[in-house]
Amino acid sequence: MSRWFRLLYAATVIAIAAGAAVLAGTLVLTLIGARPLATFGVVFSGPLRDVFSATEILVRAVPLTLVALGIAISFRSGILNIGAEGQIMMGILGSSALALKLSGWPGFVLLPACLAAGALAGAAWGGIAGFLRARFDVNEILSTVMLNYIAGQLYTFLLRGPMIDPAELMTGSGTPQSMRIPRAAWLDRLVPGTRLHSGLLLALALAFLTWLLLWRTTLGYRMRAAGAGRKAARYAGVRVERSLVVAMLFAGGFAGLAGAVEVLGVHHRAIEAISSGYGFAGIVVALFGGLHPAGIVPAAAFFGLLLVGADMTQRAEGVPANMILVLQGAIILAIVSANMYLNNPYAQERAARFFRRLGLARSPAASAEEGP
Amino acid sequence: MSAGHMVYDIVSLGVPFSVALLLAALGENFNQRAGVFNLGCDGVMSMGAFLAFLAPYFIRSGPIAPFTNLVGFALAAAGGALLGLLFALVTVTFRAPQGIAGIGLQLLAGGVAGTAFRHFVGGVTGVGGVATWPVPGLSRIPLLGGILFDHNPVVYLAFLAVPASSYLLHQTPWGLRLRAVGTHPRAADTMGISVPRVRYQALVLGGAMAGIGGAYLSLCQAKMFADDLVAGRGFIAVALVYFGRWSPWGIMGGALLFSLAQAFQLSIQVGGIHFPYEFAVMLPYVLVILVLALARRSRKLGPAALGRPYDREVRV
Repeated sequence: MSRWFRLLYAATVIAIAAGAAVLAGTLVLTLIGARPLATFGVVFSGPLRDVFSATEILVRAVPLTLVALGIAISFRSGILNIGAEGQIMMGILGSSALALKLSGWPGFVLLPACLAAGALAGAAWGGIAGFLRARFDVNEILSTVMLNYIAGQLYTFLLRGPMIDPAELMTGSGTPQSMRIPRAAWLDRLVPGTRLHSGLLLALALAFLTWLLLWRTTLGYRMRAAGAGRKAARYAGVRVERSLVVAMLFAGGFAGLAGAVEVLGVHHRAIEAISSGYGFAGIVVALFGGLHPAGIVPAAAFFGLLLVGADMTQRAEGVPANMILVLQGAIILAIVSANMYLNNPYAQERAARFFRRLGLARSPAASAEEGP
Repeated sequence: MSAGHMVYDIVSLGVPFSVALLLAALGENFNQRAGVFNLGCDGVMSMGAFLAFLAPYFIRSGPIAPFTNLVGFALAAAGGALLGLLFALVTVTFRAPQGIAGIGLQLLAGGVAGTAFRHFVGGVTGVGGVATWPVPGLSRIPLLGGILFDHNPVVYLAFLAVPASSYLLHQTPWGLRLRAVGTHPRAADTMGISVPRVRYQALVLGGAMAGIGGAYLSLCQAKMFADDLVAGRGFIAVALVYFGRWSPWGIMGGALLFSLAQAFQLSIQVGGIHFPYEFAVMLPYVLVILVLALARRSRKLGPAALGRPYDREVRV
């Protein structure tokens, strides 16, 4: 098969997959009586109309990048982390609890400590699933989904009970939220008048560090080896079980950090529904970015745009915000399907045979003469 | 309230609670016996619950008004079957990895149900739902009558589906083909069984059953629809298949165990025992994790080709 054929093949597969995802979105939009073209127009152009909305894209991209980096580490190590949502909540709880506890401390100690607390809390929550998989062979997809529900209940319990802002109890409104965390623990705002905060720089730095970890360290090599071929890795001396746990610690840590960054950079207190689906969107971002930091950063920006745009369509076109879940689901299905065609030599062979029969590609004899 | 009363209440509440889990898990069992595990079950249930809810919500008068619940169940089964077909297209024809594809299906189906619900219905609205139909005679047996024979008709049908699926799996040619495809697809292929066709059939059947399980939630149990009505039951159903060792009877035992835990949790809340509500809600999810950890050995009894896409052209 010629190089041109392969390129054309890949382009066709990707175009069909993208077309299928857009078609699914269009179908649902038509079903609920929205104007698909206008809606997609708002999604993709609305957020870019003014500076504030444009910075909002990046505000969303920060947690998405962090979560997706962790998910990329876990997927590459052969363990599917669906539990980012719960790990984010743990990160929020850990960082805000510490910030409130040590409220008198100076910022240069408090801020790193809070970020670390968030990452540790998330890592601990992710580590449970890793341990269960390594020790008891518990399917990590099921356990992380269950841990999401458990974390959700724990989160509301703490915000309604032990961590609730005393002011909420005094005024009697009883909104489940924590006290405002001290200013010393806030992440700086990068652009005045917007919510863009220095977590962006942290996310970019961690993207680079993730690349270093996975492709330039022994630990990363071992984890990728365990993910690529369990038996072969074990035969080569990799302790596969341990690398699964380490991968989940990293994945949970990144998600926890995302939660911490959201609290310290955007909301400044633990409130309900901070995460609003970053855990699941992060899976889509990681897959869309090819499980590679260099792909994840732009993918996070793209999905940040999608999230901000989806909020706008709710106002402009009356499309419920759940619509974003539909698109995310369709995109996941399209990506995993397309991947199998891109990486499957048998499928390529089949396609080549098909085209030869149509007389569109050269005969095997002709391409054989060409030589390697 | 005496302890005896409380146990009776828990058991007679637990039996109807188990039905949604039971139907979805029996369906998931067909998927897994054919070698495909469908983690989108939760989304399919959500879709089923929503579609079933639409029938009594919109059809309030006219000639079919008395049969709206039946129409609802039919819609849910059809919607579930369609989603099963979509999942088959992705995992059988396109051979995508099943775990992540299942999460995609879950987001897609749950998202469509939630979006359409907001658009067509808006807020929480109740429907009449399916009424209780005590079995004449049997329901008057002391104790047992109330536990087993004083429910809505879907409960009886769901429990009849247990021996029916066992028969289908173990006593029919189709069941044999299904298990062959899930155990050794290449051998089945060599014997002239079409692996994709059997897997498609299993996924459509499993999807329809998950849809009906969802419909049970909205029409019989909660008698309303909400985004979070299913609340992870689809994932619990997948776990129950492991717990029940891929046998319909084992799955029934697991479904009963879980719903008893849930009924217990509710009776704690109603009984006024001081215990944070959130921890009571957590209980079933914690139980799933414990059960999965303890059922580790049974993993070896599972279908040998579970989770592996089959490509007849791959040379091994």
